[in-house]
Amino acid sequence: MKHGSIVGTSVPRREGRDKVTGRAQYVDDLVMPGMLFGATVRSRIPRGKIKKITFGAGLQWNEFVIVSAKDIPGKNCIALIEDDQPCLADGLVNHPEEPILLLAHADRHLLPKAVQAITVECELLSPIFDMAESEKRAEIIWGEDNIFESYLIEKGNVDAVWANADYIVEGEYTTGAQEQLYIENNGMIAVFDAEQGLTVWGSLQCPYYVHKALMKLCDLSAERVRVVQVETGGAFGGKEEYPSMIAGHAALLAMKSGKPVKIIYDRMEDMTATTKRHPSRTRHRTAVSKEGKILGGEIEFTLDGGAYKTLSPVVLSRGAIHSGGPYNWPNIRIRAKAVASNSPPHGAFRGFGAPQSLFALERHMDRIARVLGFSPEDIRHRNFLKTGATTITGQVVQEEIALNKLLDRALELSDYHAKRKQFAQENQKGGVKRGIGISAFLHGAGFTGAGERYLGSIVGVEARGDGRVRVLVSSTEFGQGTNTVLCQIAAETLDLRYEDVEIAQPDTQEVPNSGPTVASRTVMVVGKLVQSAALGIRQTLKASGLLGESYTAEEFRAACRAYITEHGNLRSLAQYEQPADMVWDEENYRGSAYAAFAWAVYVAQVSVDPVTYAVTVEDFVALQEVGKVLHPVLAKGQIVGGIAQAIGFALYEKVIWENGRMQNGQMTNYIMPTSSDLPPIHVYFEEFGTTHDAFGAKGIGELPMDGPAPAIVNAVEDALGVSFHSIPLMPEDIFEALEARRAAEDAISAARGHI
Amino acid sequence: MRAHPSEYELRAPKSLTAVLSLLAEEPSAWLPIAGGTDVMVQYASGNLHSRRLVSIWNLPELRRIEDCGEEIQIGAGCTYTDLRANDLVNRGFSLLSRAASWTGGIANQNRGTLGGNIVNASPAADSLPALLVYEAELVLISARGERRVAYSNFHVAYRKTQLAPDELILCICLKKQFSGYYAHARKVGGRNAQAIAKVCLAALGSRTSAVIDDVRLATGSVAPVPIRLRKTEQVVRGKTIDPGVVQLARATATAEVMPIDDIRSTARYRAAVAGNLVAEFLERWSAGGNNA
Amino acid sequence: MSEPAQSEAKSQISFTVNGRPVTVRAYSMERLIDVLRHELGLTGTKEGCGEGECGSCSVLMDGTLVNSCLVPALQANGAQIITIEGLASEGRLQTLQQTFLDCGGTQCGICTPGMILAAFHLLSKKRQPTLEEIREGLSGNLCRCTGYAQILEAVAEASRQGPTT
Repeated sequence: MKHGSIVGTSVPRREGRDKVTGRAQYVDDLVMPGMLFGATVRSRIPRGKIKKITFGAGLQWNEFVIVSAKDIPGKNCIALIEDDQPCLADGLVNHPEEPILLLAHADRHLLPKAVQAITVECELLSPIFDMAESEKRAEIIWGEDNIFESYLIEKGNVDAVWANADYIVEGEYTTGAQEQLYIENNGMIAVFDAEQGLTVWGSLQCPYYVHKALMKLCDLSAERVRVVQVETGGAFGGKEEYPSMIAGHAALLAMKSGKPVKIIYDRMEDMTATTKRHPSRTRHRTAVSKEGKILGGEIEFTLDGGAYKTLSPVVLSRGAIHSGGPYNWPNIRIRAKAVASNSPPHGAFRGFGAPQSLFALERHMDRIARVLGFSPEDIRHRNFLKTGATTITGQVVQEEIALNKLLDRALELSDYHAKRKQFAQENQKGGVKRGIGISAFLHGAGFTGAGERYLGSIVGVEARGDGRVRVLVSSTEFGQGTNTVLCQIAAETLDLRYEDVEIAQPDTQEVPNSGPTVASRTVMVVGKLVQSAALGIRQTLKASGLLGESYTAEEFRAACRAYITEHGNLRSLAQYEQPADMVWDEENYRGSAYAAFAWAVYVAQVSVDPVTYAVTVEDFVALQEVGKVLHPVLAKGQIVGGIAQAIGFALYEKVIWENGRMQNGQMTNYIMPTSSDLPPIHVYFEEFGTTHDAFGAKGIGELPMDGPAPAIVNAVEDALGVSFHSIPLMPEDIFEALEARRAAEDAISAARGHI
Repeated sequence: MRAHPSEYELRAPKSLTAVLSLLAEEPSAWLPIAGGTDVMVQYASGNLHSRRLVSIWNLPELRRIEDCGEEIQIGAGCTYTDLRANDLVNRGFSLLSRAASWTGGIANQNRGTLGGNIVNASPAADSLPALLVYEAELVLISARGERRVAYSNFHVAYRKTQLAPDELILCICLKKQFSGYYAHARKVGGRNAQAIAKVCLAALGSRTSAVIDDVRLATGSVAPVPIRLRKTEQVVRGKTIDPGVVQLARATATAEVMPIDDIRSTARYRAAVAGNLVAEFLERWSAGGNNA
Repeated sequence: MSEPAQSEAKSQISFTVNGRPVTVRAYSMERLIDVLRHELGLTGTKEGCGEGECGSCSVLMDGTLVNSCLVPALQANGAQIITIEGLASEGRLQTLQQTFLDCGGTQCGICTPGMILAAFHLLSKKRQPTLEEIREGLSGNLCRCTGYAQILEAVAEASRQGPTT
């Protein structure tokens, strides 16, 4: 088998056939004998003390399984970074939709009625709904100061730059919450057996996160908890931490009833009760020389974490580290904090803090350009990181980067200069206004800093008696191609055909912990371990004299059969080892933050309709450098899909909040783009290799989420000459801004008329 | 799904007569359901108060489009797909087929009906402004007989119509008097497809030389019911279209509508865009539009 | 449409699914999606929203595309229903199913059954649709993973190749 004939080609999606024939089984497709359905009674208030719970008339309550905090065998928490989030509210509620009671019944349709019939009376406490209020601390709603976490990142001596700066440019930028909106709602099935223990099947990204949480909640040892991921209909981070909660709920009902329990959320419950992207506020203050070089800056990056800590420290970390983007900052101070509010906890969503801080940065770069009189592309050219430079955390960029080339190429591919000129001319006449905008950015792949070392991911590859090879990982497939790419890697490493390799269903009883399926780490980190484990198989067979240097697939099978006959099994494990040159100081937030970065320049062309004030993205060029592209069709799919979500983030997806609760929790009222709303998206890959990779690949899943929003808002500014600092940018916002400008212009003309 | 099916009863009598008998027996007890694209959403969200429903889906008397000489008659049970596919509607009443094409996706167009759109009476309904400018008449039918009403009076208040508890809409009648009229419609939603209107406009106009003889403007989502912009029509009737007239029409329309802030948009935006839509209509018409 | 037999609160409802006649006992207001998934075990049809917005529940009813979450069971009495399970025959995929695989039109797969049926419906009405017509034909089917580009390619490619005979 020739090298490069599997990895690098678009082999068939491993589980694709089942998906196109309707045979793929998602959690709500599974049925178990005697199964009950579960539902959750949730808080209707944002903050308060529970006084009384009343079960209304008209229902046979003794037919229901009812679970409250009192029924929790272990600790009433969803274990994550801290144990502050209860599984079920016990006396206090801290956000709307907080779970209080669980119900189960055999009749699925009876449950919504039962939930409605339960009244929870509360004494209201003073809630907090936004970052500014939380910072003021008039009310302390979490810990001692409403702050979940804070970081200080410093490089050089930023206090010394202001005095000599030719320009000091300031700006404040905000982003709203965003719902992941996977088309398959959250769901779980749990079964408890006194002997076997607890098993859950569900729609999830991280089987071992759920495993850890259930151990603590249910007071069960590791061998008595089993978590199985079933076909998952989209996730995007929305099923990273939340599944531990719904699994906990299903488990408690299963333990109390002795029956299998299935909980499936409907769309409104999923939207209103589960995690969303953290709203953010970023303040920039930047010292710039008249030559357009950044001398230094201060960045204040604040996230709204919702009511409990959950993953906010990690989102904050990534957002803070990305806040300087792909630029050279000789001096910088970043103060990052995540604060509490009385809304459902915010959580992981593709990009994980980076789309927020990069939106601010890339808007700010255009602002700097405008203030100094440089073009957007020029200001970026003057400040890009180069190979050998250090990032804001002091990481020396080892890999070959050519951001200048990338930028030039993106501008060429998008016909940027000609269009910019053309639009400037055409915009002078009335009618539709057009603009073109750019963003340059990066995304670090893998866990931050010492994270991968802390995870210590383990991967297995095993050969079966019939010679088929099986990959054993806890990494999950939810559309992005995990199954396919990891099989490609194993097959290529073993010189087998793609069809000879399969991948085990992620089942904590069967597979080792290869870490969560997040942080764009699967191909780069886990893929590399698959490669290592596969090499291990090959070496074992070679060392036992059963296989030569090169062999046919038949010879490989024969060798496996022979080995297993003699030794019982043939399994190779590989564990992550942090490269020696990756040193990270967690205390001071300095050092090598990521093993590899992907780099990109995106160009958005927009039009603004003067009648409706609506922005349409008319054309989009996405140029990125992601190392080796292992599967062209999948890679393109990740980029286009991520850009579509980011266009939603920028222009369509607005969460309407009232008293901490999402008011537009239906697909009719929370607007994501349809096939009629998206432009042609032109995807291009530059390929350079890196040092920490599998077959040269770097992560790509989250990168496309980081760049589109600022490119679009930069383009809107180009079209209208109005600067917007907040997304989602709705037609109503554009209308108000243009009205305000018109009124100001009228006032000036009127004043002039009087002179 | 937040309703228990066992608490609901749906009957599907074989004929229109049988349906009308049922409605006459127990007026207000039976909610007619055609394609279900509104009723079933209410049902699934646990918000359907009626427990007994009678199906009027696919009754032949309701699902026909006929040329009756001076007018066409569209059965209330015609789906949006039926409207889009029909020659009489496309040629003579294009505003209606246009509205049908932007009501939901294909699957919802295959089931949603014109009668359902009218009776559900959402102020944001896509087809209703077109019916207003065409000055449609409705034939209402019950076991007691038929009566004909002007559509312009049909909506009496927010989500309330003139329909009696034992009545159905039999058909919508459109007089064939608009050939030679310039027709224009636009819907402004949150996205390009499958969106509830934030504002929408249906407009018809006729001119002699450059002078406007007749102009009809109707808007949705800017009042509790779909409305004709009679004041705005007044200020342009008899005039020629010039920038001054366009500005006046824009300002009058913005002042004439009564939108609210809601989950989808703001009153200020809706009012401004309503004005812009009217201005756009006049400008396009002036630039040489010639269709009906 | 004939009036079904009534017994207790459930009705007897008969229709054909994927060419096969079936009779179920269901409440008259049971949703067609629930009858398909729970009574008949045809779980290929998915529920994404329950409000007719996402199109994951799309099926063909008497040759037209409908959202099965919005169809009361009684209204399906006597109808011919095609679900995703009815497309491939004896293991041979329809052209559309194959092109979805080849072009990357399927990622997580949850929108796929509805999307393929919507495309199938489109191509049955229009053999050579333009890109705009494909967009419009699928505008009632939401996909969160793909950003649609590869879905549109899959449909265009299937249209070029023609249906499986």
